[in-house]
Amino acid sequence: MKARVFVTLKPSVFDPQGSTIAEALHSLGYQNVADVRQGKYFELDLDVASEQDAEQLASEVASRVLANPVIESFRVELVDAGVRS
Amino acid sequence: MTFAVVVFPGSNCDHDSYHAVRHVLGHDARFVWHKEASLGNADVVILPGGFSHGDYLRTGAIARFSPVMKAVADFAAAGGPVLGICNGFQILLEAGLLPGAMLRNRDVRFHCEHVGVRVEQTDTPFTARCRQGRVLNIPIAHGEGNYYAPPEVLETLERERRVIFRYATADGRVGPEANPNGSLNNIAGICNEGRNVVGLMPHPERACEPMLGSTDGLLLFESVVDALTAGALGGGR
Repeated sequence: MKARVFVTLKPSVFDPQGSTIAEALHSLGYQNVADVRQGKYFELDLDVASEQDAEQLASEVASRVLANPVIESFRVELVDAGVRS
Repeated sequence: MTFAVVVFPGSNCDHDSYHAVRHVLGHDARFVWHKEASLGNADVVILPGGFSHGDYLRTGAIARFSPVMKAVADFAAAGGPVLGICNGFQILLEAGLLPGAMLRNRDVRFHCEHVGVRVEQTDTPFTARCRQGRVLNIPIAHGEGNYYAPPEVLETLERERRVIFRYATADGRVGPEANPNGSLNNIAGICNEGRNVVGLMPHPERACEPMLGSTDGLLLFESVVDALTAGALGGGR
């Protein structure tokens, strides 16, 4: 089973990379891109039997390693959701 | 005194720290590989600068799980003096031995330059020999030294006088013009509740000899020798 993990900076935390990208887009003429926040995206290949186990494992890995809870939050999506249930 | 210099894959200031301790300060230094579970008979632990594990994922994020970090946490809990320099500071943050986190520098550039570092507090083992308010001339070399902590944590750090170093002008003024990376409150270094664990982004080990342009960094190492000689610290033994 596969899981996708999205890690993003919390809204209250300044994102120097995102704001640099936004400035670059503005200088290219994309004035309608009001702001950019950069994050990280992980694809996990999980050797587990159930969706529940997948969700639990992905969340544990995300909260313990992939994201730093001081500055980041995360969201987990199961890719094969529904297929094996 | 015996200084343990922890070596992670990608550490690159381990030899600078070793050199400063052994050849300039004149004390014993030993490298400890990150896979080791013990710090041996260390009196002081240094987590040196560099790019542990390539800084993949986040700075210090993978190094914090190295076996040696359990020994470092035990050593710190027993009151032993621990100094995290640059990447070592980032590892201490990820390990939760110090609060907060590092963001990419405000201007998204790697800064490699001498800066003014004002000593805010002298009641730590690494600043005991400094005069409060003195501005040390020490180099920085980092891309992610933009210190962040949530407001309530920042407030606690300030109230408990745990901000140990701030970026400042040569005449001691703290403000945006002296802040190289966007750190909140110009924070360059902090300590833990017990004041025995200190982390800072500037590199004192690179400012220990006149040939390097400054000897101000030596004060941190001399301070911890003083502190240990006075017998005020627990240590890991």
